Amino acid sequence: MSFPEPISPRSPRFLVGVVILLVLALVPQISDAIGESYYVTIVTRILIFGLAASSLNLILGYGGLVSFGHALYLGIGAYAVGLLSFYGVSNGWIHLAATVGLCAIVSLLTGLVCMRTSGMGFIMITLAFAQMFFFLGVSLKQYGGDDGLKISSRSNFEPLFSIEGNTGLYYFSLILTLGVLYLTWRFVNARFGRVLRGSKSNIQRLKVLGFPILRFQVLTYVISGCVCGVAGLLLGNFTKFASPAYMYWTVSGDLIVMVILGGIATVMGPLVGAAVYVVLETILSSYTQHWMVILGPMILVIALTATRGVWGLFPRGEAPNWEKRTP
Amino acid sequence: MGPACSDGNVRGQFAPLSFHSFMTWNLLVIQALNGLQYGVLLFLLAAGLTLVLGVMNFVNLTHGALYMVGAYLAATALTHSNSFLLAAVAAVFGTLVIGVVMEWAALRNFYRRGHLDQVLATFGLILFFNEAVRMIWGPAPVYMRTPEWLSGTVNLFGFDYPSYRFLVIGVGLGTAVGMYLLIHHTRIGMLIRAGATNAQMVSILGVNIRMLNTLLFGLGAAMAGLSGLMAAPLFAVQPGMGDNVLIAVIVVIVIGGIGSVRGAFYGALLVGVVDTVGRVYLPLLLRQVAERTIADAAGPALASMLIYVFMAIVLAVRPQGLFSARR
Repeated sequence: MSFPEPISPRSPRFLVGVVILLVLALVPQISDAIGESYYVTIVTRILIFGLAASSLNLILGYGGLVSFGHALYLGIGAYAVGLLSFYGVSNGWIHLAATVGLCAIVSLLTGLVCMRTSGMGFIMITLAFAQMFFFLGVSLKQYGGDDGLKISSRSNFEPLFSIEGNTGLYYFSLILTLGVLYLTWRFVNARFGRVLRGSKSNIQRLKVLGFPILRFQVLTYVISGCVCGVAGLLLGNFTKFASPAYMYWTVSGDLIVMVILGGIATVMGPLVGAAVYVVLETILSSYTQHWMVILGPMILVIALTATRGVWGLFPRGEAPNWEKRTP
Repeated sequence: MGPACSDGNVRGQFAPLSFHSFMTWNLLVIQALNGLQYGVLLFLLAAGLTLVLGVMNFVNLTHGALYMVGAYLAATALTHSNSFLLAAVAAVFGTLVIGVVMEWAALRNFYRRGHLDQVLATFGLILFFNEAVRMIWGPAPVYMRTPEWLSGTVNLFGFDYPSYRFLVIGVGLGTAVGMYLLIHHTRIGMLIRAGATNAQMVSILGVNIRMLNTLLFGLGAAMAGLSGLMAAPLFAVQPGMGDNVLIAVIVVIVIGGIGSVRGAFYGALLVGVVDTVGRVYLPLLLRQVAERTIADAAGPALASMLIYVFMAIVLAVRPQGLFSARR
C-alpha cells in the first residue's frame, strides 16, 4: 500500500472519479428524464451507506482497527431524529447537534474501553457494545421496542433548505458525503493522518518516537463515530423510521464488506463499495427471496480475492510533482 | 428473529412476580439454577470457540451458525426417529462433518490472513447458513419436545425443577471435566496448550499443525452442535438463533480471556447467573428506589445491558480477561 495517496490528474482513477461525481450531481434530473424516481431513492441509499462506510474506513482502513460495531452509530443518529421528533422537536440543527454530541460521548466512552485491547479483542468488544445498544433499543417498549419508532416528518432545516422532498434529501446527502470525502482526503494527508497510518504499519516504532498513539486512535474512533452518526441521521430521515435493526450486527458486517469491496484505505473506495453492494443486493433480491444464500459465499470470495477492491482496479498513475516533494 | 432468546427460559415459566415474592428463597434458588443452566449452555459454546480463537488465532463467527444447525438437526432427527440418542448423534456428528468440510474447503485459506479477512469470510458464511436453514426448514420456528423420560420434574429440597434442565447442567459440567482431562492429561491436549503459547514453535518441532487445526475446528464444531442439541428443547429453533447466543458467548470469552477454557467456564457461569438473576431482580430492585412507571420502563432496558456493563468493568480492570491464556 502506498503511503500517501497521490493521484495524477490524468490517471484513470482521477477521470473515473470526476465522472462519478458529475453523474451523482445530476441523478435527480436523469431519473426525472427517464421517469423513474426510484433511482433517486437507490442512489440516496448508496450515498448514506457510502458515508457510513467512509467513516468506518477512517478507523478500519487508515487506523487498522477492525471495528465490528459501527452500526451502533447509525442507530444513534436515527434514534436522535426519532426521539427528538417524538417529543416534538423538529429542528434539523438540533437533531444534528444531538447526533454528533451523543455519538461523541458514546464513542469516547466505548472507545476508551475498547482500546484497552487490540486485535481480536477489539473486534469482539466493539461488536458486543453495538449489540448492547441493539438490545437497549429492543427493550425500550415505550419507543416502539422491537418494531422501531416511526418518524412523522423529516428534520426541519427551513428556512435555509428543506429535505422533506426526496430531491432535497438527495442533495443534502450528496453534499454531506462529498464534504466528508474531501475532509477524509485532507485528514489522511495531514500530520494527524500520517501518524495514524504509521500506527497501522508499525505501532511500536511510532510509540518509541514518542507519539501518544492511544490518543490518536481514540480521537479517530470518535471522529469516525460522529460521521457515522450523521449517516444515521440521514438514514432515519430517508426511511422516516428509527429501528433497532439499524444497530443489528449484520449491518456492521455490511459496512465492512462495503469498505473491502470498494477498496480499503482509499478515499473513494467506501462509496464505490457501497454502490456495488447496494446494486448487488437490489439485483439479487429481485431474482429470489433467498438471495443471501448467494450473497454469503460471494462475500467469502471477496474476502479471499479482493485485496485492493473495485476502486483499486483503476490505476492511479504517476504521482504529481507537488506530492513527490513532500518529505 | 428473537433477540431476547437469552431470557426465553426465564420469562413465562416462573411469572408472575410481585414484591411479595421478591425475597422468596424458592425463587432465588430456581433463578440461580436457571442461571447455572444458562451459564453451562454458554460454556458448551464458549469452550469450543475459545480454543479456535486462542490456539488457531482465527476469528470464527460461524460458531453460532453451527449451533443453530445442530439444533435443527437434533429437532429433525427427534421428530423422525423419536429417539433422543439418535438426535444427539445427528447433531454432534452432523456439525462435526459440516465444520470439517467448511474448514477444509474454505476457511483454512484464511489462517495466514488478517483478522479482517477472517471476519469477512465467516460473516459471509453466517449469512449463507441462516438463509439455507430458512430455505430448508422455513422461516417459522421449529419446536423440539423434551423426550418423555426427561419431561418430568425432580424434587429438590421441597420444590420442583424440570429434569431436562438438570440434564443440561449435568452435560455441561461433564463436558467441563472432559475438557479438563483432554487438555491437561492427553497428548493432544498438550499440543493444544503448546499451540496456544507458540504455534510456530510447535510446527517447527514436527507436529502436523494443519491436522491439529482441522481437528480443533472439528472439535469446536461438534461442541457447537452439542450445545445446539441441548438448547433445542429449551428455545425456539429458528433461523438466526445462533447470532444472539454468539454475542453472549463472545462476552463470556472476553471476560474469561481469549484461549482459556478455564476462563470460559468461570466466565460462562458468571454471565449466566448475572444475566438471569439480573433480569429478574433488577426491575424489582429498581421499584424500591424509583417510581413504578420509571422502574418498569428502565428495568428491562438496564437488565439487558447488564452483562455488557459487566464486561466493560472487567476489561477496564483486566484487559486480557480474568484467566488469560497468553502472557
